[in-house]
Amino acid sequence: MKVLLGLAGSDESIKTLRRTIERTAAVGDDLTVVVVDKPETKRSQEEMREQAESLLSEAGIETDVETLEGDPGSALVNFTEQGEFDQLVIGGGTVSPMGKIRLGPIAEFVLLNAPTTVKLVR
Amino acid sequence: MVATRKYADEPSGPFPRPPDSFEDGDGRTIELVAPTEVDEAVLEDVVAMYDAFDPVDRAQGIPPTGEQRIRNWLESIVDIGINVIASHEGDIIGHATLVPDSDDPAAIEAASDIEWELAIFVLQDYQRAGIGTQLLEHLLGHAAEVGIERVWLTVERWNGAAIALYERVGFEQTGGESFEQEMTIRLE
Repeated sequence: MKVLLGLAGSDESIKTLRRTIERTAAVGDDLTVVVVDKPETKRSQEEMREQAESLLSEAGIETDVETLEGDPGSALVNFTEQGEFDQLVIGGGTVSPMGKIRLGPIAEFVLLNAPTTVKLVR
Repeated sequence: MVATRKYADEPSGPFPRPPDSFEDGDGRTIELVAPTEVDEAVLEDVVAMYDAFDPVDRAQGIPPTGEQRIRNWLESIVDIGINVIASHEGDIIGHATLVPDSDDPAAIEAASDIEWELAIFVLQDYQRAGIGTQLLEHLLGHAAEVGIERVWLTVERWNGAAIALYERVGFEQTGGESFEQEMTIRLE
């Protein structure tokens, strides 16, 4: 399956990356990774790209990590459409101190606009 | 945690404080208490309440379902939070809680330095009888008493009844860019 993984710079993105690496290693998906331009995240776009590349290479997965400019949700959906991916994987929400699941604006935009299957990683 | 939520300049209140009792819209006498410590027995009674809660009304994943998962969830929030419990004839029928945004004991002790997340649940048979409003007001009264100043919550945007309830006691709608509506209130 041709899978696109979209990352921002949060800890949620790191978790999503690790889970997707496990899954890719197990089933042999064709994985492409992109890092969106989301300001005010823990890691800059470049830091996230470097971290993703090192985790992927540690796991023996050969793939480039690209960076996307512009509005994160829109850029992700565009890239998915243009690249004819079967599935778009993104972080599936953070959990508040109370334990409530929260979905951010990127996830909401992607869910309502992506023509492909979207996987939310929790 | 970065303080990004907006709060009104003017505080809301004063609110009534537990312990208290009142007659609900169906003539039932409801007792409200704020246990200083939620011991094993109280915890099990709260677990039983959530076990009886119809999951059709769960919100953003809480309460979880199944006794053990409910217990794990409650154990992770009741000790660090503050709690008000509503009972009818000895059975717990409602629970409102505030959980700190920080896990630093000193910050929790200081209370006013951090933000507190609110959640409230009332058993289905006791809904639409004014218990939610009373429970909420007494929780805020108790919160003000222990020095809490900033309280926030999220509610599913389609849940007009809940949003109206929160607005009645003084919450204002803040950040509106996701599925959940965020609301905040400043206490005296």
